[in-house]
Amino acid sequence: MNPNQPEQTVDVSRRRFLVGSIAGVTGLTVGLSLPLGASQEPGVDAFEDEINAWVIVNEDDSVIVRVARSEMGQGTLTGLVQMVAEELACDWDKVTWEFPTPGQSLARDRPWGSFSTGGSRGIRDSHQYVREGGAIARELLLAAAAQTWSVAIKDCVAKDSVITHLPTGNSTTFGAVATLAATLKAPSDVTLKDPADWTVIGQSVPRLDTAEKVTGALRYGADLTLPGMLHAAIHACPVHGGKRRGVDASAAKSMPGVRHVLSVADDAVAVVADSWWQAKQALAKVNIEWDTGTNGQVNSRTIAAMLREGLEATDAFVGNSRGQTLETLADAKELVTAEYSYPFQNHAPMEPMNATVVWTDQSCEAWVPTQNGEAALEALADAAGLFRDKCEVHKLMLGGGFGRRANHDFLIQATQIAKQLPGVPVKLLWSREEDQLRGVYHPITQSRMTAKLNDDGLPEAMHIRISGQSILHALRAPLGEPQIDQAVFQALAPEGEHAFVYGIDHFLADHAMRNTHLRPWFLRGVNINQNVFYLESFLDELAAKAVTDPLEYRRKLLTQAPKALAVLERAAANAGWGRPLAPGSGLGLALCKAFGSYVAACAEVSVIDGELHMKKIWAATDPGYAVNPQQIEAQVSGSFMYGLSAALYSELTVENGRVEQENFNSYPSMKIAQMPDVETDVMPSGGFWGGVGEPTIAVAAPAVLNAVYAATGVRIRHLPVKNQPLA
Amino acid sequence: MLELLVNGEKVSVDVDPSTPLLWVLRDHLDMTGTKYGCGIAQCGACTIHLDGVATRCCVLPVSAAQGKAITTIEGLSADGDHPVQQAWIELDTPQCGYCQPGMIMAAAALLNETPQPTDDDINQRITNLCRCGTFVRVRAGIHRAAELASEVKA
Repeated sequence: MNPNQPEQTVDVSRRRFLVGSIAGVTGLTVGLSLPLGASQEPGVDAFEDEINAWVIVNEDDSVIVRVARSEMGQGTLTGLVQMVAEELACDWDKVTWEFPTPGQSLARDRPWGSFSTGGSRGIRDSHQYVREGGAIARELLLAAAAQTWSVAIKDCVAKDSVITHLPTGNSTTFGAVATLAATLKAPSDVTLKDPADWTVIGQSVPRLDTAEKVTGALRYGADLTLPGMLHAAIHACPVHGGKRRGVDASAAKSMPGVRHVLSVADDAVAVVADSWWQAKQALAKVNIEWDTGTNGQVNSRTIAAMLREGLEATDAFVGNSRGQTLETLADAKELVTAEYSYPFQNHAPMEPMNATVVWTDQSCEAWVPTQNGEAALEALADAAGLFRDKCEVHKLMLGGGFGRRANHDFLIQATQIAKQLPGVPVKLLWSREEDQLRGVYHPITQSRMTAKLNDDGLPEAMHIRISGQSILHALRAPLGEPQIDQAVFQALAPEGEHAFVYGIDHFLADHAMRNTHLRPWFLRGVNINQNVFYLESFLDELAAKAVTDPLEYRRKLLTQAPKALAVLERAAANAGWGRPLAPGSGLGLALCKAFGSYVAACAEVSVIDGELHMKKIWAATDPGYAVNPQQIEAQVSGSFMYGLSAALYSELTVENGRVEQENFNSYPSMKIAQMPDVETDVMPSGGFWGGVGEPTIAVAAPAVLNAVYAATGVRIRHLPVKNQPLA
Repeated sequence: MLELLVNGEKVSVDVDPSTPLLWVLRDHLDMTGTKYGCGIAQCGACTIHLDGVATRCCVLPVSAAQGKAITTIEGLSADGDHPVQQAWIELDTPQCGYCQPGMIMAAAALLNETPQPTDDDINQRITNLCRCGTFVRVRAGIHRAAELASEVKA
């Protein structure tokens, strides 16, 4: 086989506009069976058969609901289908789903709205138009039945995929009238059901994507195979911002299976081979000389010193200010102060970054696990050097996301590789080491907390100074925007979805921006993870100073925040707050409002011979409306794992400009033996829509560490816990 | 050519004998249920059964699997109805699901050796990583699978 001559090229010019079928889009039909969803063969004219953009009804009454948001384990897919099905009034057992593509969205003027899947927004940002999509489809089906019978629509009702004409009792099925319904004009407005009448929303229906996840049949991006596909392994400069200076690939080029050794952008080298293992082995034999510049001199100590300076700096941006905080603190006879820190974290989803791309000078297609199909299409088109309407992105299920897959650096690399091999599908898969070294990380911060207590021991004034990285600055700096990042104040904000919930007359939260060369990014929970750790730990410190029970202390500060108080009371009550505990055991509380929801946790721990045992956590969540309670439970439970892994075990440290933790042996994640039992109380109070994928992460660390304090008197202020003694 | 016995079938592969079994399964046999997570036997996403024993095959040279019975998630049951798989569906255990084939294979091996595992047994033997944090349902699922398996036998 001639290594310079791919044995097969793929014609991507014969574009057909199909839905949900990888196999059809490029004519790559040979031997492909990619389970993109329950609907595998939607047919060439799927759009002609659809009732509307959201709903397809087949003759056999089966229903396909289109979902634009990505599924990465968080259950949004099932929740969104529930919302369409609720209004459609179809038989739930007949419902399947498919992903529309970003290219289809572009061509149809975005009928599905945003594809962005992050910020716990999947349901809370789209509930209105998603339900309307289902309601319009129902009205069209009713209209078709009415027209068939020559009766008035208002006399027809739909339930469980059956339409009944009430005066005569005549009935038909969705499938029988679907073809006609697809030709009718959609009503301009529809009335949505009263939440009291919901029968699908609010039910703990099983996820729609479980079966294929327990048999190994589901193909993630890393599992994709296309005819003639080659495999790429890549190594980019482990010091962010560094460049490739010299490459010696002589040893690698003669290794088995190796087809190409390619330069990628100005900071990476890729080996393309017949199999990924061959590519990875050869890549290890490529000698690369890096120019790491001044970034190569940065280490964790220099970063910590820079952040420390920010704790006292005068150049801070104010994110929330009420009363006369600094003046009140200046007048105090006694101040309570404490400093905290939270390290860099990596998302580390179980499936490493990957993308498969085939490029020609006419068109470009990518198969990619992404949290934002539209942003992926834009990144693809940019990297491909083509207009967006000549490109297409096929979303695959994500083997974890946690924010990482909202950044498309890996897709850009894959496109840059594919562009050097026209017509050849190339799958780029990052090694775990690459995933660690080339991450976009949870920002590093420190905080200084300062408070003045009044005669009742309550905080009359509190100042939270945060020093550290800004994600938004990293995004906006190329645009020349000023150094202000309001998102730094999540859970400390004056109002809105991340509002500070406590009643403190003089309150100031400000941020001294101190950026590093390590790229910051949104990581599940984002800035609430450290902010709530700082705040809820410090509140416990103040309660201790005031010799007041931590629950009673918070109650006094929550008289104007009934929903926040309600979740806190519920978590505490479920945990049996106040009950006698064995020596060395303790209960700890934490609370926040984040991503529009109210969440609280009460943790029970014991510390035996300096070793922490987390027995159980009682969680309470008020998301306003709870679309699928059992999936909310799963999100809450998983959030404790994610938040506690970060709090207890994992951190990224930096030496000579590069991250030191290259794999799970040095970047440990919680295992089942360490996982506490979790009991979740989902308590939707109605009237608002909050997210559930992230807020609980923020209460995990402070609840457990407040319990550690209750058990031992040891206050942990710097994470991860593994670095310090508990006794 | 190397001869392997995968899910009861003999297969031949033309591959360097030092290649980890994981990549032979994935890239040569197109059996992608067994996942790559770390490549250093830390995460367990690549767990298969080698003569019935849970084995992390990302560091196992394919030559070492010769003459042994290799079982992957695709061969754990004929219809996806192994007690562990049934329990996983019943409890809706997977989230993203990427680690779950390895988790299920580890759980199935545990139940083979210890049909009624205690929580301590689970803590000792299930060391797979799951970044979604499905552990509460994994634990409940193993206990439920033990029940389902004993019902079948009874």
